[in-house]
Amino acid sequence: MSVLIDKSTRLIVQGLTGREGTFHAKQAAAYKTNVVGGVTPGKGGTMHEGWPIFDTVQDAVKQGAANASVIFVPPPFAADAVMEAADAGIALVVCITEGIPVLDMMRAMTFLKMRPDTRLIGPNCPGIISPGKGKAGIIPHNIVKEGRIGIVSKSGTLTYEAIHQLTRLGMGQSTCIGIGGDPFIGTTHIDALQLFAGDPDTDAVILIGEIGGSAEEEAAAWIKANFKKPVVAFIAGQTAPPGRRMGHAGAIIAGGQGTAAEKMAALTAAGVKVVKSPADMGKAIKEALRG
Amino acid sequence: MKIHEYQAKAILAHHGVPVPRGEVAFNSAEAGDIARRLGGSVVVVKAQIHAGGRGKGGGVKLAKSPDEAERLARDMIGMTLVTHQTGPEGRVVSRVLVEEGLQMQRELYLSLLLDRAAGQPVMMASAAGGMDIEEVAAKTPEKIVRVHIEPGVGIVPFEARQLGFGTGLDGAQVNKFVKLATALYEAFVATDASLLEINPLVVTQAGDLLALDAKMNFDDNALYRHTDIRDLRDLGEEDPLEIEASKFALNYIHLDGNIGCMVNGAGLAMATMDIIKLAGGEPANFLDVGGGANAEQIRNAFKILMSDRNVRAVLINIFGGILRCDVLAQGVIAAVKELGVPVPIVIRMEGTNVDEGKRLLKESRMNFTTADSMDEAAKKVVQLAG
Repeated sequence: MSVLIDKSTRLIVQGLTGREGTFHAKQAAAYKTNVVGGVTPGKGGTMHEGWPIFDTVQDAVKQGAANASVIFVPPPFAADAVMEAADAGIALVVCITEGIPVLDMMRAMTFLKMRPDTRLIGPNCPGIISPGKGKAGIIPHNIVKEGRIGIVSKSGTLTYEAIHQLTRLGMGQSTCIGIGGDPFIGTTHIDALQLFAGDPDTDAVILIGEIGGSAEEEAAAWIKANFKKPVVAFIAGQTAPPGRRMGHAGAIIAGGQGTAAEKMAALTAAGVKVVKSPADMGKAIKEALRG
Repeated sequence: MKIHEYQAKAILAHHGVPVPRGEVAFNSAEAGDIARRLGGSVVVVKAQIHAGGRGKGGGVKLAKSPDEAERLARDMIGMTLVTHQTGPEGRVVSRVLVEEGLQMQRELYLSLLLDRAAGQPVMMASAAGGMDIEEVAAKTPEKIVRVHIEPGVGIVPFEARQLGFGTGLDGAQVNKFVKLATALYEAFVATDASLLEINPLVVTQAGDLLALDAKMNFDDNALYRHTDIRDLRDLGEEDPLEIEASKFALNYIHLDGNIGCMVNGAGLAMATMDIIKLAGGEPANFLDVGGGANAEQIRNAFKILMSDRNVRAVLINIFGGILRCDVLAQGVIAAVKELGVPVPIVIRMEGTNVDEGKRLLKESRMNFTTADSMDEAAKKVVQLAG
C-alpha cells in the first residue's frame, strides 16, 4: 500500500499544454503514472502529445474518468483551477504553482471546506511520489527508491535532499509528500502524518519544516498524543533574520513568532529526533529504526 | 511590500477611513507651506521611514507655528533615524508628513492581518493604544479583543461592535467604529494587503475616530494586479544589492557574513545558511536561484554575490531536479570565465546528470573545490573563507 497515489490513479494535468505541464506530464507517464489527459480552457477537443485536452475539469471527469489532478497553471489563475477541480469531484488535487495571491488562496480554502471529499496538496509544492507506483508533481523520480520511509516537507529541494540521503543509505521511501511553503496550504504536516499512521508500509517519517506560522508546533502536539512511529525532523531557517520573507511566502518570523528554535523545542518535547544539520536526516532515521 | 505612513493614509482615506488632514513634504519650505495651509495652533511633523518606533527616536515632533514646522522639517530631512526596528545603522529620512494636531481623548490599537492557523483574516483591537502590541500581548493579553472574519462574507457589523464595545467605546463612538472597521476591511481586501495596523486609533475630544498612524504591508504575489501600489515602492528604503537582485527575479536577502551562497529552492537555501553556521561560518546572503534556473540566471547570481565586498568564498549548493547538473556546471564555468570571480568557489551538486556535471567542472581546469555532501561543502567553504 502507499498513500494518496497508486495504480488506480487517473491523473489529469491542468495546464498540460504549457511548457512545464507538458514536461512533467511526460515525466509522470514515463514513471508509469496513468495520465489520462489535460485541461486547457479553449483547447478542448484537441490532442497534445497524444493526450486528449478538455475545456473543463468536469469534461475530464465525465469523458476521461479522471480522479486526480496536478496543476501547472500560472499564479493569477491557479486558485480558480483548484476550485474547478474540487467542484468536479476530483479526490486528489496537487497544485504546484508558486506565487498565488494569498487572498485568492484563502478564498479557495473556504470553497474547499464545503467539498470535504477533495484533498488539496500545496500550493507552491513539488507534489507527491510513491516510488514504484506513480507520481503527481515534479519530484525527480531518478533519485527515489521503493521502501518504507515516509517524507512530509514544506520545501521542495530539501525533500529531494532527504530522499537522496535515504536512498544513498539503502533505505527506500513509501510516499514523499511536498506540502508547500505558502501560508495557506491544503494538506498540513498533521494531515500527512495521519496518512502515514494508517499506512502499514510506512515504518518511520522524516518531517521537514521551516520558519513561519505554527504548523510544526501543532504537528508536535499531535505526534505526542497520536503518532507511534519514529519521526526525524529538520527545521530550515535556524539562522534566518526576523521580519524577512525567506523565499517562500510563508517563511517569515513575524513579531518574534515562528522561529526555528520554538519549533525544534516543541518537536523535541514530543519525542521527535530533531537534527540540527540538514545533512543528518537520513542517518538519524537509520539510527531511530535500529534503536 | 511596505509603504510609508502618508501613502497608507491616502489609501485608507480613499476607502472612507477618517485620517487627519496633512501632506507630505520633501524639503523644509514645503513643510512650512503645508503647516500654513493646515492652520490651527499645532501641527505634527513626522519622519517617513519604513520602520516603527519613530517617536522615541526623535522622528515625531510638535510645532506650534509654521516657522517651527519648517525648522523641525529642516532638522529631520537628511537625518539618520535610529529606532528599535531600524537596527543600529538607522534609516535616512527623505520626507516628512505634516499633519494637523488633534485634541485626543483616548488612544486605541486596531489591526487586520491574516491568521494562518485559522485560515481567515483576524481584526484585533486593544484599549492600550500607542503601545507595542507584542508587549501588550505578552503582558496583558486580556486587553486584546479579536474577531475572525469569514472571507466569503466580509466583516459583519456585530463583529465590529464586539471590538468597539470590547475596547470601552460608548454607543455613539461604536457606531462610528463600525463604519471605520468596515472601511478598513474593504481597503485591506481591495489592495491585497497582508497587514494593516492603526496604532493609535484616536478618539478626539469631539468624539470623532481617526487613524492617527497607519502601517500597510502588501502581498508581493498580488502586486501584478495593483500597479498603483507597486509605484509606491521607495527604493531608498531597500538594500541596493536586493534591488539589483530583484531586477533579475532572484530571491536574495543580504546578510552580514562572508560566505556567499547560491542555492536552488528556498528551503535548501535556508538549510545551507544553517549548515554554514553549524560549521562555524557566517552566510553573506540568502539566495534562491529557483528550480528552473538557467545559465543566464547563474551569471546574474554571481554578479550579485560578487558585488558584496564582504564575500570571501562562495558555496554553490544545487539539487538538480528540473535544473540539470550539467547545465548548472556549464553556467558556472561560463560565468566564472566571464566575470573572473576572485574568491574560492565550493560546489556541491547532486541529482540529475550529476556525473556529467562533475566531469565538466573537472575538465574546465578551473579552481573549483567540489564536495559530495552538504556537510563536507560547508566545512570546506568555511575553511576557505578563513
